[in-house]
Amino acid sequence: MAKLLELEDLRTQFFTTAGTVKAVDGVSYDIEAGETVGIVGESGCGKSVSALSILRLVPDPPGKIVGGKILFMGRNLLELSDVEIRKVRGHEIAMVFQEPMTSLNPVLTIGRQITETLEQHMGIDRQEADARAVELLGMVGISDAERRLKQYPHHFSGGMRQRVMIAMALSCEPKLIIADEPTTALDVTIQAQILELMKDLTRRLGVALIIITHNLGVVARYADKVNVMYAGKIVEKGSARQIYHNPSHPYTIGLLASVPRLDHKRGTKLVPIEGQPPDLTLLDQGCAFRPRCRFAEDICTREIPPLEEVGGGQYSACWQKDKLSQPAPAAS
Amino acid sequence: MYQYIVKRVLLMVPTLLGAAVFVFFLLRFIPGDICELRMVGEGGYVDESALATCRAGIGIDKSIFLQFVDFMWGFVIFDLGTSMWTGQPIGYEIGLRFELSLQVAIMATVASVLIAIPLGTLSAVKQDTWIDYVVRGFSIAGIAMPSFWLGILIILFLLIGTQAFLGEAWMPPIVYVPIWEDPGYNLSMLIWPALATGYRYSAVATRMTRSALLEVLREDYVRTARAKGLLEKIIINRHALKNSLLPVVTVVGIEFAFLMGGLVVTEQVFNLNGLGKLFVESVLNTDYTLTQALVMVVVAVFVLVNFLVDLLYAWLDPRIRYS
Ligand SMILES: Nc1ncnc2c1ncn2[C@@H]1O[C@H](COP(=O)(O)OP(=O)(O)O)[C@@H](O)[C@H]1O
Ligand code: SF4
Ligand SMILES: [Mg+2]
Repeated sequence: MAKLLELEDLRTQFFTTAGTVKAVDGVSYDIEAGETVGIVGESGCGKSVSALSILRLVPDPPGKIVGGKILFMGRNLLELSDVEIRKVRGHEIAMVFQEPMTSLNPVLTIGRQITETLEQHMGIDRQEADARAVELLGMVGISDAERRLKQYPHHFSGGMRQRVMIAMALSCEPKLIIADEPTTALDVTIQAQILELMKDLTRRLGVALIIITHNLGVVARYADKVNVMYAGKIVEKGSARQIYHNPSHPYTIGLLASVPRLDHKRGTKLVPIEGQPPDLTLLDQGCAFRPRCRFAEDICTREIPPLEEVGGGQYSACWQKDKLSQPAPAAS
Repeated sequence: MYQYIVKRVLLMVPTLLGAAVFVFFLLRFIPGDICELRMVGEGGYVDESALATCRAGIGIDKSIFLQFVDFMWGFVIFDLGTSMWTGQPIGYEIGLRFELSLQVAIMATVASVLIAIPLGTLSAVKQDTWIDYVVRGFSIAGIAMPSFWLGILIILFLLIGTQAFLGEAWMPPIVYVPIWEDPGYNLSMLIWPALATGYRYSAVATRMTRSALLEVLREDYVRTARAKGLLEKIIINRHALKNSLLPVVTVVGIEFAFLMGGLVVTEQVFNLNGLGKLFVESVLNTDYTLTQALVMVVVAVFVLVNFLVDLLYAWLDPRIRYS
């Protein structure tokens, strides 16, 4: 299948008074049409910034995309003019954000917020747009659409607002939707509904989906491929199956041990990863995970491990990747 | 909403009443009275009986309680009596000046809003460019410069400018004529004080618009609007501006109310016969009835403006619902 989106060595940095934050530091991955790709990692590892970089929405200043390529259907989005990138936003690539409470404009009706995108990109008039908005709300499971369209965001619950965001994202029939932690702010029961809805709609409409989360369980269930990020880099990538059942990076192993799993016997203790992610202004020439890694050896201090295949299309950036299959040494 | 409006209007009554009681008794604490002032002002020996006659004539010999009842009764019958100093009906005295002050206040407000919102928006959108610096300079100057001083400058420039270009010095007229009688004449008189006060006022509102808009532009929903590929123009006008107008409306409301009666020095500079000037005169003359009435007018303006601002809030932000 043809590649829909290819990130090549993407680098995004923030120039702050405290120093240069290397928020995204050489990220490469790709996604095929209709595919679902997960991006997992702890908070602060650069997931959102990598997503915002795709549509060039990183606040500048202080942020800047300093290197790499973002090829979308063969075009490098980083080379488009402002007018051209605007035509990609919301039209060919749409986004769903994390905060359903603040991501919708409180002073505009839901209907207006849906129809304005349609008017912008589809060249249709208000009436057609209204009709399409009704249809879209129906698709995302909001009943009584005509009345709901006249309401404001504060009339909707968090889950309902996220449905509205999904309707908005789908409105111009994009080829790719980027969902940045779409369910993190929601109740657990609602989370599953929203994820199911997104998975179902994107599959039915053939839309590719990048789903960003800190929850490896979510990714394992809904994604085809997974990229694990740590300190601005992808440290492991592979199919959801490979990552879940055969992790080959100490960080992924740590993440898996910290989430409940159905395939482990009940009562298995959850072990959080000790320590904190590093300060992205202070990265050195060694492996960024080193201070928290139980497998670290001398070389980890000296050189950054490259992302190399461990087999079957699974990649890991770890000097000890071949020794990880042995049971991990007991934590101190 | 309808219920809310009725409730708010009814609630104005206790506010006005409170202000009336307050100003009535406060005024009576000022030593001396209008008769002493008038007679001593004329110099020479003051006869006690003449004073008594004078006091009886304008009713300040009555007990405070009776005077208060008179004052309150005035509200009920919509007649605040006569000025103690001029003997003219108070409605007439205030009416003359109210028109002028209202016109200056409205002109200053309209001008400043028309200047402040585009300038503040421009400044926020072009943050940290030379445009922003120019606008910020403009507004800091406006805040730092007292309006009476700007007024003096304006008059000087008018004099010097007309002298230089027309060969004859021209001064704005000083006798007030309502705008519907002679618009040209009226405007040639009032546009200058409106400018002098409006500049300061627009400076405050510009800064407010700028900072409110900058804050709103960092909101998540603005990022959403960008991610939808909307035109920058639509993002600013439709998504950001309406959200940033609440604090601007508040400032504009307060400033407007202030202009109705607080323009003491500026009115002096332009020789305008407005509420501010009347206010000062009435206090200096210990003209109880007139001062009381003027305070009530200003309080009423404040209360009304506050009410209008609250209604505007609800219109701007659908989350605000009054009930
Ligand atoms: N506007 C900004 N200014 C400075 N630093 C930022 C900004 N936005 C994000 N960062 C930094 O970039 C890094 C990655 O952030 P982000 O992508 O939001 O993480 P997450 O993986 O939780 O989505 C963090 O260290 C964060 O501090
Ligand atoms: S390279 Fe070394 S420090 Fe980094 S994850 Fe692998 S073993 Fe741990
Ligand atoms: Mg994030």
